Amino acid sequence: MIERTVTILNRKGLHTRPAATLVKTAARFQSDLFIAKDNFEINGKSIIGVMTLAAEPGATLRLRIQGPDEEAAAAALVALFERKFDEE
Amino acid sequence: MNPQTGTAQETVLKGIPAAPGIAFGPAYLYSKDVPRVEEKAIAPGDVAVEVERLRTANVRSEKELQKIHAFAEQKLGSQSARIFEAQMMILADAILMGTIEQRIARELKNAEFIVKDEIGRYRQMMLAAPGEYMHERAHDVEDVMNRIIRNIQDQRLYSRLQGESVIVSETLAPADTVIFSRNQILGYATDMGGVTSHAAILSRSLKIPAVVGLRTATKAVASGDTVAIDGYAGLLVINPTEDTLQALSRKQQRFREFEERLVDIAGVSAATLDHKHIELSANLEFADDIDFALQQGSAGIGLFRTESQLIGRPDYPGEEEQYAAYRHVADRVFPNTVIFRAFDVGGDKISPDSGHEANPFLGWRGIRVLLDRPELFLDQLRAILRASVRKNVRIMFPMVSTVQETRAARAMVVRAQRELDARGLAYDAGIKIGVMIEVPSAAVMAEQIAADVDFLSIGTNDLIQYLMAVDRDNDAVARLYQPFNPAVIRTLKNVIEAGHRRGVWVGMCGEMAGDPMATLLLVGLGIDELSVVPTVLPEIKKIILSIKHKDAKRIAEKALTMSTEHEIREFLSSITRDKVPEIPLDL
Repeated sequence: MIERTVTILNRKGLHTRPAATLVKTAARFQSDLFIAKDNFEINGKSIIGVMTLAAEPGATLRLRIQGPDEEAAAAALVALFERKFDEE
Repeated sequence: MNPQTGTAQETVLKGIPAAPGIAFGPAYLYSKDVPRVEEKAIAPGDVAVEVERLRTANVRSEKELQKIHAFAEQKLGSQSARIFEAQMMILADAILMGTIEQRIARELKNAEFIVKDEIGRYRQMMLAAPGEYMHERAHDVEDVMNRIIRNIQDQRLYSRLQGESVIVSETLAPADTVIFSRNQILGYATDMGGVTSHAAILSRSLKIPAVVGLRTATKAVASGDTVAIDGYAGLLVINPTEDTLQALSRKQQRFREFEERLVDIAGVSAATLDHKHIELSANLEFADDIDFALQQGSAGIGLFRTESQLIGRPDYPGEEEQYAAYRHVADRVFPNTVIFRAFDVGGDKISPDSGHEANPFLGWRGIRVLLDRPELFLDQLRAILRASVRKNVRIMFPMVSTVQETRAARAMVVRAQRELDARGLAYDAGIKIGVMIEVPSAAVMAEQIAADVDFLSIGTNDLIQYLMAVDRDNDAVARLYQPFNPAVIRTLKNVIEAGHRRGVWVGMCGEMAGDPMATLLLVGLGIDELSVVPTVLPEIKKIILSIKHKDAKRIAEKALTMSTEHEIREFLSSITRDKVPEIPLDL
């Protein structure tokens, strides 16, 4: 299992479109993705879950990735947050 | 309907005419029915059946949403269609649906109960989160949840909507657009809302007769009742008598004949018989309506409401996104001109900001927001300026109350220009800048404000509301919303004359500009431009083409001697009928 801490860097926060990009990226990997904000954790492959996080710009999220391709998945997901979900 | 005798009492409800036309037929009472969900235990052997019900419902829900999305995209543009994208994504959420299926098998409960419980939990969390954006998403979640449940229960939403119907509902939210995706909507009547409400705007763009603000329509009407809508006079007639139906048919015929004759004047520019030119342009908020406005004979866009870009999104679009949108509009309108009004957020308008105000109409809106948020304002100004390279773009500021604000807004335009210079980007250096006159203080100071701008455009909806201190959506006082009140007319005269003294043109882009009864008066007061909803444009043009400016002036002078709205209305109605007999004025 890999754990990573990421920050929402895009101006809009994790609204519908970045949430969709995040879910799509996670779906490319076999590994499970769980995302926690404060004391609340959701399945990162579920759009309704990611939307519910209501992650604002600057919010810190903890990613928990587990599975056969967890290394690659973690790298891709962290990069996506750093690239601001390719939106800006 | 009285079931004993089979006779029906004719009832007439008075509302606000929102979209012209006459319609009659069976009523369909549209309400956001929340499907009833019972918790039921199922046998282990029925799990497969229950899961199948869920899957079938999801497929059907997806088809429904695709249809709505395509319709919204076609009729309202991609911005509005976005509202439905979130719902489609939730429906396609494999983890969510997988969890629901697992819970059905594990808890041995009926599918709709688990759907409601599982999706309802997310909805609750979204409602608990702060911010308007999350609350809107909670509505999306609720909509999609109810859609799935309804399909599991195999209820067709509009099962009773057989054939053509007149829709009667409390209100219409953007997400209710679905009801218009059927081509069987004859007319639309709503309890709430004003002429600028979503329902009204949508009905007009789809040319469906509509009356809004009827207050009690949903209580007075039952599905299946025969109703008639008079979208010219703002009436809903329940159980109309044969006489009423015939009178309405004649009226419709009169209007149709009139409308047919109007096609010929689309290419003619609006000028009075004694050659006073009036710039007659259209109010728009979606680029998709430009073609319609031009077909109707519009000389350009006198008000482009940029707030339409904010629908269904959590934030303000950046410069590039706005530039692409404005450039598209400017190119489609070329060689005619378009006036982009800077974001008029606050009041009843769409806003991504969630701050609550006790009195929003007297609060943080229009230019007040823009000046407080220079980054946001500059993004928009740079985008509009960049779209002005073909020199057919103008900028207008909303809700200006002081000379100071006018100057500050102008200074921001200069700053945006310097920023573009630094980036080597082109724009029209001679771009015309105007302000809306819609706050009484600005109307009083119109001459001083005019000294700092290139044009004034009177926004009557707000000006009347602020001048008369009346909320037109508040039924208890709506009668005081009087466009022809002597106080309003005097104010219009003062603003127009003040602009002319400073050598700037004065237009009007409020609802009053599109009221056929006001045309003679406004031309007589010296208005230079009228920007109206595209549907009424040919009618207004016909009036302008049929009158003389010098007669209109005398008429305006006479109206200015009168002391009550009633008197002025009577006078204008009879004189308009007299001067333009073919106008099917109905008052």
